[in-house]
Order: sequence, then structure tokens, then C-alpha cells
Amino acid sequence: MLNDLYQEVIIDHSRRPRNFRSMDDATRRVEGYNPLCGDKLALYVRMDQDVVADISFVGSGCAISTASASLMTESVKGKTRAEAEAILERFHDLLTKDRPAAGGLGKLAAFSGVREFPARVKCATLAWHTLRSALEGSSEVVSTE
Amino acid sequence: MITVSSPLDVNRIREDFPILHQRIHGKPLVYLDNAATSQKPKAVIEAIQHFYTSDCSNIHRGVHELSERSTYAYEEARAKVQRFLNAREAREIVIVRGTTEAINLVAQTYGRQRVEAGDEVIITALEHHSNIVPWQMLCEEKRAVLRVAPINDRGELLIEEFERLLSARTRLVALAQVSNALGTVNPVGRVVEMAHRRGVPVLVDGAQAAPHLQVDVRTLDCDFYAFSGHKIYGPTGVGVLYGKAALLEQLDPYQGGGDMIRTVTFEKTTYNTIPYKFEAGTPDIAGVIGLGAAIDYVQGIGMGNIAAHEHELLLYGTEALERIPGLRIIGTAQEKAGVISFVLDGVHPHDIGTVLDQEGIAVRTGHHCAQPVMDRFAIPATTRASLAFYNTFEELDALARGIGRVQEIFGAC
Repeated sequence: MLNDLYQEVIIDHSRRPRNFRSMDDATRRVEGYNPLCGDKLALYVRMDQDVVADISFVGSGCAISTASASLMTESVKGKTRAEAEAILERFHDLLTKDRPAAGGLGKLAAFSGVREFPARVKCATLAWHTLRSALEGSSEVVSTE
Repeated sequence: MITVSSPLDVNRIREDFPILHQRIHGKPLVYLDNAATSQKPKAVIEAIQHFYTSDCSNIHRGVHELSERSTYAYEEARAKVQRFLNAREAREIVIVRGTTEAINLVAQTYGRQRVEAGDEVIITALEHHSNIVPWQMLCEEKRAVLRVAPINDRGELLIEEFERLLSARTRLVALAQVSNALGTVNPVGRVVEMAHRRGVPVLVDGAQAAPHLQVDVRTLDCDFYAFSGHKIYGPTGVGVLYGKAALLEQLDPYQGGGDMIRTVTFEKTTYNTIPYKFEAGTPDIAGVIGLGAAIDYVQGIGMGNIAAHEHELLLYGTEALERIPGLRIIGTAQEKAGVISFVLDGVHPHDIGTVLDQEGIAVRTGHHCAQPVMDRFAIPATTRASLAFYNTFEELDALARGIGRVQEIFGAC
């Protein structure tokens, strides 16, 4: 079961997170916080019209939350807001639904094992809650609680 | 290598704790989360069951047999707490829901009566949130000032700095006897002496001390002492506030309701004597009786024996963990109780907790309701193994092996 949770791609992205940087020309910056474990991240998004032209993050967190944020930035960069929101919904279903629709998530499917660890679901969704808020144009602190 | 020796027959003691004999994810349970809550011996479980199957009734009210029995058992438990703390009188023992409520009770009674604008309350940098927030709320309401005595890098209170904070404006000192996040044992006796020289009363948060050390409130000479039932192998939902009788008598009631009154008319109510004026409403009678059984149980083993065994476990576990490359123990005070908090290079505590759980090992990960302590050490969280007298040296070996497994998975070290 542990190998399902800590799949290679998750370990890799937790140790070498992609797009792990702040962004000077971001059009939106939103902070996410999980008070349960103290995970914190700041998400930077540069929207160009309706497209996520660039996205990055900084912060500290566990392997699941860091890898989730890293893979999220890769999967939504260059997507329109509607496309990004669709990925977000599918990712959320993957973690919370008993029989999630298969496919369409690419590397994000590595998070399917998190469903078996209910205490860790919030770790995986923190970055995505923050993204939802950024896409909606908000600049407030997002909390998982 | 430390010689493994213990004054206790731990294998026999473990037979008293039904919950310990199970497998978690296919592995024998290794319970090292005792600072969060400890497990309950059969004697406690049976005392609660006996109350509900034989004696259940409300207390201090009826003239019938069951009410007599439950009142007697409830007051007997209070007397057990009195003897356990070596308090002078049973009426100095107020039954509450836990340490948190005990501290809030003092803040809402003593605090609201005695603290005025510009006055000061002193706490320390290693307090649990429950010994920070009630004072913050009080200080905000009264426009008083909360002062925080600092700690050093080992997690020890800087006693001279503390003494410097005492002033003519100080109305109360509140500190933990044992830190839940670091294991530090505070020099409470010296703190009380310093505070009393200036006429300042002291509240001791004994949540992590009462289950592990011999506590004597008369020797400590503290004015208030708080602890929780569930950390001392008793039920959740009950706790104790000890207060010196002369001080308790000067305080206004805490909550209004039944049992805390002497007479009630719509014009005027007169209050009951201590401790009852602080015990409004029907308490957790079964829980209090369970707490009495827990105190009988630990005293049967002997607090001295418990402290000695846990100290051996602490030394053994500390040495085993210090051998692990990339592991750093947070909280290295000279005087320490059975808490081993640590961080591991490159692996977040939350991930350590999940991997250890798969090995059957229960630890706590996070900020341990002591965020200022985490800030003091500039870390977001720790993994904490906290010990009880039923833990074994083999369980600490299992913990060390479990951390090795963590490092395998994360390719650390």
C-alpha cells in the first residue's frame, strides 16, 4: 500500500519540485495553508487573457503536497481556465470518489493511492484549492480547514 | 551501549492493557503517542462499566441507595486525587473536563477578578496552546500584557530571564511542568519561589507531568495545578484543577447552574462552598470514578518506578535515534521526561508518520499544539515519540527500524 502512495513520480517531484520559484510578473498570487500539518505554499499565476501562461509555487510541505503542487503546475501550464478547471475536477474526483473516471490525468494518476490514506487527502488537494482560488481571481489565503 | 534494566515487569503490566495486543497493518501495535493520550488499563474500563451496570445515578441529590453509592464513589475519587497530589484538603480539588478547562477556569475567575489594564501575566516559550490562548484572551479583554519567558536551544527555560520579567505589574505566572513538544522538565519549584517572593501566584500545567512524575503540590507550593484524566491512563473528558483553599474561596464561581448554588430565588442566589461552586451541572461521574481507578492503578505500580522505567526508555530511545544519520532531536534539556521529538533531513514529519503507521507504529506528527515552539526552532513540525511505562526497549528498536524504512523510501541519508 505504501508503494501505491509514494509512487516514483511522487518521490521525484517531492525531491525536485518543478516550477518551484516565485514570479515577479504574476497576475495572481494566492497562499494556501493546511493548519493540521503546517503545510504552506504561495502559488503564482500569470494569466494571459484566458490562458494560464505561467504558473509557479514556493513553500514547505510534505512529499504528497509538494509533489501535488509540482505536478499541478506542469499539468495546467498553457491551458485555458476552463481546461484547468476540468483537470482540477477530475483530480478531485480521483482522490475522493470510489470509482473515479479513469484516464485524462496523465502523471497525476500517480495520486490514486492517496484515496486509501484519508488523513493525507488534504495534503494532495492543498495546491489545487489554491489554484481554484487563483483562477477565480481571488488573492486571499486559502485554508484546507 | 546502555545497559537495559527496568524496575518494572513490563510484560506483566502490558497484560493489563487490552488495546496493546493488536496488529496494525499486519504488524504488532507500537503505541508511542502517549503524550496525546495514553491507553487505559482494565481496572479503569471495569470501573466505568461497574458504575453503569450497578451504581448509575446522579450525585449530591437523591436519598436513594444508588445516589448514595454514586455520590460516595465520586467523592472517593476526589479524595484519591487529593492524596495523589498530596493536597491538604479534598475541597481543594475541583473536577473539570481537562487541563484546558482548568486553565480557562482560572483565567475566567482569578484572571477576570485580579487582572487589570496594564497588568502582566507571564508564561514561557514552551507552552501548549492551552496555556497560551486563555491568557491571550484575558489580556485582550483587560488590556493587560502577556510576557513570554524565553528558552535556550536545548529547550530549557532561561530562569534569569524569567526572573527579570517579574514586576510589580505581574499578576500571575502560568507554566508547564513538562513540555509536551520537547519533554523539558521546568524548574517549577524555583519559579514558584521567585514568584512568591513578589507575591505572585503560580499556575502549573501538569498535563504532561502528573502521568510521569511524582507530583507534590505542597512541596512545589504552587497555587494552582491542572492535569487531565486521559493522559494519566484514565478516561477522556475529565480533569482536575487543584487550588489552594484560601485562594479558591476568594474567587467568584465559574459557570452558573445546578450543584454550584446554595439557595436560589429570582432576586438573589447564594453559592455553594468550594469545590462545588466551580462544578455547575452534572459532571462526568463515570469518568471521575474511572480517573480514581487510574490513580489507584499508577500508585499500585509506584510513580517512582514509572519515572525510573520511562527514564531508561528515554535514554535508550535517544541513543538509538541519535545513531540515525540525518536525524536531529529537538529538545535536549538536561532534565527531560519521556518525549523524543525529532526532524529528519529531507523528509517531512507527515510522511514519516504515514510510513511508521504502516509499520504499526503510532507517533504524533505536526506542531503538537505548540506552534511558538516550532517557530523558536525554525521548523514547521516534528515527529514525536512519547513514552509510557508499558513501552518496551524492543518497541524503540522497532521505531529506529521504522525510521530506516522511511529513509529507504525517500532515498534520504
